[in-house]
Amino acid sequence: MVLNDLLEIKERERKARKGTVLRCCVAAGCLSANSQAVKDGLDKAVKEKGLEGQVEVRGVGCMGLCCQGPLVQEDPAETLYVKVNPEDAPAIVDALGKNPAPGLPTTDPHAPFFKKQMPVVLENCGRIDPERIESYIAEDGYLALHDVILEMTPKEVVENVVKSGLRGRGGAGYPTGLKWATVAKTVGERKFVICNADEGDPGAFMDRSVLESDPHRVLEGMAVAAYAVGASQGYIYVRAEYPLAISRLQAAIRQAKQYGLLGGGIFESPFNFNVEIRIGAGAFVCGEETALMSSVEGKRGSPRPRPPFPAESGLWGNPTLINNVETYANVPVIIRKGAEWFSAIGTEKSKGTKVFALAGKIRNTGLIEVPMGVPLREIVEEMGGGVPDGSEVKAVQTGGPSGGCIPAAALDIPVDYESLAKVGSIMGSGGMIVMDEDTNMVDVARFFMEFCMDESCGKCVPCRTGTVQMHQLLDKIIQKRGAAEDLERLEELCDVVKNTSLCGLGQTAPNPVLSTLRFFRHEYLELLKQRETGAQPPA
Amino acid sequence: MHPYVAKIKKKMPAAAQFPPSGDKRYKILETAMKRHQHKPDALIEVLHTAQELFGYLENDLLLYVAHCLKLPPSRVFGVATFYHFFNLKPKGKHTCVICMGTACYVKGADKLLASIEQVAGIKAGETTADGEVSLLTARCIGACGIAPAVVFDNAVTARVLPATAVERVKGWMQHGS
Amino acid sequence: MAAKTLTIDGRLVGAHENQTVLEAASEAGIKIPTLCHLDGIADAGACRLCLVEVAGSPRLHPACVLKVAEGMEIKTQSERLRKYRRLLLELLFAERNHVCAVCVANGHCELQDLAMDLGMDHVRYQYRFQPFAVDVTHRLFGLDHNRCVLCTRCVRVCSEVEGAHTWDMEGRGAKARVITDLKQPWGEADSCTSCGKCVHGCPTGALFFQGSTVGEMERDRTRLEFIVTAREKKQWIA
Repeated sequence: MVLNDLLEIKERERKARKGTVLRCCVAAGCLSANSQAVKDGLDKAVKEKGLEGQVEVRGVGCMGLCCQGPLVQEDPAETLYVKVNPEDAPAIVDALGKNPAPGLPTTDPHAPFFKKQMPVVLENCGRIDPERIESYIAEDGYLALHDVILEMTPKEVVENVVKSGLRGRGGAGYPTGLKWATVAKTVGERKFVICNADEGDPGAFMDRSVLESDPHRVLEGMAVAAYAVGASQGYIYVRAEYPLAISRLQAAIRQAKQYGLLGGGIFESPFNFNVEIRIGAGAFVCGEETALMSSVEGKRGSPRPRPPFPAESGLWGNPTLINNVETYANVPVIIRKGAEWFSAIGTEKSKGTKVFALAGKIRNTGLIEVPMGVPLREIVEEMGGGVPDGSEVKAVQTGGPSGGCIPAAALDIPVDYESLAKVGSIMGSGGMIVMDEDTNMVDVARFFMEFCMDESCGKCVPCRTGTVQMHQLLDKIIQKRGAAEDLERLEELCDVVKNTSLCGLGQTAPNPVLSTLRFFRHEYLELLKQRETGAQPPA
Repeated sequence: MHPYVAKIKKKMPAAAQFPPSGDKRYKILETAMKRHQHKPDALIEVLHTAQELFGYLENDLLLYVAHCLKLPPSRVFGVATFYHFFNLKPKGKHTCVICMGTACYVKGADKLLASIEQVAGIKAGETTADGEVSLLTARCIGACGIAPAVVFDNAVTARVLPATAVERVKGWMQHGS
Repeated sequence: MAAKTLTIDGRLVGAHENQTVLEAASEAGIKIPTLCHLDGIADAGACRLCLVEVAGSPRLHPACVLKVAEGMEIKTQSERLRKYRRLLLELLFAERNHVCAVCVANGHCELQDLAMDLGMDHVRYQYRFQPFAVDVTHRLFGLDHNRCVLCTRCVRVCSEVEGAHTWDMEGRGAKARVITDLKQPWGEADSCTSCGKCVHGCPTGALFFQGSTVGEMERDRTRLEFIVTAREKKQWIA
């Protein structure tokens, strides 16, 4: 494979495109609503009408509006059919090029949910066929890898990423370029690149969608990273809960190898890079980087103290670069369009865009990508369409079990790393769950504490035993058996678990309690008060 | 001879001639281990394969894997019990996995679970006495856009109501009796 | 090996570059509380009792795995550290059933010593009162999960020093337990060489010699040190 071959594939793919395209979502959300049958129905209808020459039915990844699935979009007419049934297929094909098929529900692809988005990571999501590498190449796929290998030194690549201002999308927001530079500088016989696709936060499905919709993008990002830091072996650690993402990744790796875009001598250069998939087995703590590496080594996913950091001593003691799916997915476009282009998006300290999974008590649930710094209110009210059934937003939960609940009064904050931290939450990996007035915030705190208790690896004392005690206290308070001293003890435990735990799981486990105590303390106090009245001797 | 060596020796002539009684599953497992060059770091991958083949991981199977990957049995047991995806006991003929992710939770997954627990007479993580239905919970299956989600026999189902779920599980239970 | 100079509790201390803060402190006669640490085996950083303050770092660091560095300023004692250590001990006592009065290790128990040293005289958290069985199937030793603090010393000493790797951890979180082989009774664990290193390494009354009664269980740590020195340095000194 040389540049010309790549361009030829792109040319061929573009020429073969037909005048009309029916894009049918076959990502996990829509598949669970029977979208495979819809696609088969469309295929059949096109065939029966003899339109194969003019119409392409393309299975694509996530189109974003998951709550309305299965989704089918007709291009260039820009008709977006929602909640499509397999029986509707003939009617959709009949109406091609005319007005939308009568009686079938559609939605406006120019509604705020779509219009306010800025697809960078998701630029191909819902557009290309994730199961065909040619479809990715047609959108300039693997061009960045080519340019990097043949026209840039590893140092220049790292400098580019530093300049872009990209920060880790896994949660903590560590500057990606700095991480790459450390691994590149560390001397080691072997180095590794790992993609963290163990998206464990409940309420988050950004990485799953990216892997299911545009897997080659992640592979390309990893290959660029490997070249920059001097690694030749990569691992993608995916949750076992994502079988579709795994099978699409497997197919993508196979195709990339066939084309010589992975493996030995990529683009006929001396650069080698192989990728292996490692499947998780249901342990949230494996999202923590040292635990993840233990798991890749086939061990219990227990974290170990840092330092030493993975960049110095990671997999089998070798320098290891570990980034999240969305971080890698940003890399090809940064190379292609330039660091300046990327750093012009977003805010001063938070560059680029962020993908969010919008869920909970909100009208439009699904996947969105917005520039950093967008007001939270715009996401929730304009794009998300607010809370259904006339209820009001009470809080927005971000950052999963490590994050916090942002109260409705703070909805005007811009969504960036610093602003979210200021209100006691974190950016996290991008889960955004809207809660309405019916939600009991103490119950939410208990829900997350139960999660952390179950997911604690049990290695360090504060996390293993502290989460159990905190859960018991929350239980007691919810059951109206709590006293004022229980609240004190809860706060004391938050302090000790946060400051003495070994890894991120324990250190952040108290966050949902701390944040609900900060903004919804009255709900705790109300429950304590109810005990006092309830405890009075019967008259 | 050390008792451990003795036990392995006693067990392994059979293991070396796997498949015993023509059990093809051991052959497939052996192929999977070979693909990983019997490297100990492939333990989790191998356990995935073993569970796919046998449905669950019983002690003899764990011991066999330990021996083939040259790992101590306690380490294999430790790994198999650390990860909740692995079952050391047989699962029911049908499985009902209720997603307890945040999005599903705020949309009533707890009520969904309670109603199924009641009708099936088992708690999450258990299997009905007749071996028909296993009731499980998941941390988050990433289907938050269609919450609450339930996986009935590997098929993700969107926006499940307690009544629908109960009907489904009841159907399985009646079918079995 | 290059030497490093650091300050621990206001005292200048010299150390080799590969030493940990805990080693440097202990050589200088400064005592830092530990529980999961055992001389001669790898450190886990799990009990969090040896957390110390490092000037310039917002986080607390476990002294057992923190490597010394030139000019490092360490505080091993502060009101905050003492409070955390006391709370951690309270959490440990509430987790299992540590009833000193009827324990074989009474008077020879590191958990008990720590509680006395750190002034933890009562537990304000809800005891979990989980029922645990006692395994006395081994002809020489016994295992009492009620007294286990999950420090994994037995796991590490068996794997690293004896090389049998009979012990490991089952499950995770609050459900974690130490196990032998495939969780069969200890007496049926085929890989066990009955060397007793785990028993000598155990900090509490969780592992004991058969026949010990209350307060009788004393351990001989010098035996472990002897073996480790012999293996690593080829020096046979008792």
